[in-house]
Amino acid sequence: MADTLRSSGWAYRGGVLVRAVAAIGGGYGVSALWAAAIATWLPAPKVEAALTGTLIALVVYPCAIMWCFAARSAVRAWVGLALVAILPVCALALHGGAA
Amino acid sequence: MKEGFRQSMAWLHTWSGLLVGWLLFLVFSAGTAAYFRDEITLWMKPELHAAAHASVPQTAALGHAQALLAQRAANANRWFITMPSEREPAVRASWMPAKKKDGAESKPRGRRRFESAELDPVTGAELSAPRATRGGDFFYRLHFDLHYMSPLWARWMVGIAAMFMLVAILSGIVTHKRIFKDFFTFRPAKGQRSWLDAHNVTAVLALPYHLMITFTGIVTLMFLYMPWGVQALYPSQDKFFTDLNNALPADAKPARQPAPLAPLAPMLAQASAAWEGAPVGRVTVNFPGDANATVLISRQSGRAIGYDQPTMLFNGVSGRPLSSSGAPGAATETRSVLYGLHIARFSNPLLRGLFFLSGLAGCAMVATGLLLWAVKERQKHAKALARGERHVGLRLVDGLNIGAIAGVPIAMAAFFWANRLLPATMPERPDAEIRWFFIAWGVAALIALARPSRRMWQLLLAVGGVLFALLPVLNAMTGGAHLGTAVAEGLWPVAGFDLVTLALGIALLFAARRLQRPAAVRKAPVTQVTAEAA
Repeated sequence: MADTLRSSGWAYRGGVLVRAVAAIGGGYGVSALWAAAIATWLPAPKVEAALTGTLIALVVYPCAIMWCFAARSAVRAWVGLALVAILPVCALALHGGAA
Repeated sequence: MKEGFRQSMAWLHTWSGLLVGWLLFLVFSAGTAAYFRDEITLWMKPELHAAAHASVPQTAALGHAQALLAQRAANANRWFITMPSEREPAVRASWMPAKKKDGAESKPRGRRRFESAELDPVTGAELSAPRATRGGDFFYRLHFDLHYMSPLWARWMVGIAAMFMLVAILSGIVTHKRIFKDFFTFRPAKGQRSWLDAHNVTAVLALPYHLMITFTGIVTLMFLYMPWGVQALYPSQDKFFTDLNNALPADAKPARQPAPLAPLAPMLAQASAAWEGAPVGRVTVNFPGDANATVLISRQSGRAIGYDQPTMLFNGVSGRPLSSSGAPGAATETRSVLYGLHIARFSNPLLRGLFFLSGLAGCAMVATGLLLWAVKERQKHAKALARGERHVGLRLVDGLNIGAIAGVPIAMAAFFWANRLLPATMPERPDAEIRWFFIAWGVAALIALARPSRRMWQLLLAVGGVLFALLPVLNAMTGGAHLGTAVAEGLWPVAGFDLVTLALGIALLFAARRLQRPAAVRKAPVTQVTAEAA
């Protein structure tokens, strides 16, 4: 596998790096946003809401990582992450504005 | 990706697996041992093997503990009484000594040193103070705190390795076309292909276990890894944990007015009756002898999968119940079950045995994966190696493989040998035992790195095998209940330890012997197999 990668050149390797950053950093960011947004908005006792958000985030993260490597291009990987982040960002912004 | 999802995942699997493999092997080994944490601790305290094992009413055992604590620790802030169970025959009374007079509390709460005593539950006699040892708790901590480093760093390292593994497993399931067929595929004595099959079999056979244990492992420390949900709602994690554990607020204070503590036994009976006769696990007395005394009683684990046990809080002076933990919410219960699944304290001995076997399969999966990398790399460079050229990376991986896979058993065995051979009363004994774990491992790893070869595999596996296989003999000769009496008296925790270490020792010796055969392998068509190596 390493040989085929090498033969694919630096452009390809750069793509892998961009994807890895998207997966590890971006994926974590997106799942953290979901954790906070669900915890804030879920109409449940505080403990329950915080736990639900955290548990869901732990499922979002590995899925986001896999998406980053499954996407057809590195740019698409980032676009996908951004799309998934819109909803929790809006939710958190709304909450911050209301408070 | 350009080469397709499957190939990119195979590449990811290979390299992420190699990079975290050695750490995962240690984590898997320590975690597998930690399933038998109580049994290991008991084995490592041979002074306790003679404790009576006849079952006594819990109220009687608790009475003995209360009498001892009233006499010995009247001024303590808190008492903890751990009731005897099938796994721990003695009743353990521990207490946190009162603050020094000058009032200066050097360390944050919960960090002060506990004192404890172990009692025979039938007679109430104090068992001769067992040797100081970390026992099975060492493996439990090693599993996620590692050692000789900051626990925080260790937990992040272990968590990142776990996340790598979770992604490897998930992508493996998605991309693995022949998952069912591989389950029945084993082609022995075919070199690389056999290692690939062994890797697939150990991975696929226990796949539900691997998936569960990896995810739930992350869940056990999720408030460290993913604190944002809690942070959005709580000013501090302490406040959250008070809510989560239904605990007495950390700022509860004594009244500073003396009042006699009510007998604990009736409270225990009341709590047990509320739980349909289930035994009590732990009794905590806050501020004994004070007017504000409270008694928290929790159910013994082993009744349900969940980690959180129901509790009842009593007024320590009147003995009347104050509150009991209500039905937990859905998310609390979910987290409790996930946590409980990981540590498997709910399971009966048979199920715990299956968890143990699955854990061993996990060790084997990581080990075969690491070996597979080395075998493949060796074939790729077979010609250069035959010419006598050196391959630094391969040599390093070979050495680390031997040092980890053959070294960890040696380290574990050395820990057990040190437990019995170091003087029972030596100072700082627990640390000395642990030091022997790392000395043995360090020596094994160094000589493995110096000369990574087939002979070295054989040598170290054989050393580990002998050390493990002779543990029952060591036990008999150094004051433990030997297999004969342990089996006759039904002391299964000790007998089980001896039998399992014997079996592991024989397995290691068998592996060393297998390696003696000349390599009639390396004939498998390389290119074809590499293509399969997803």
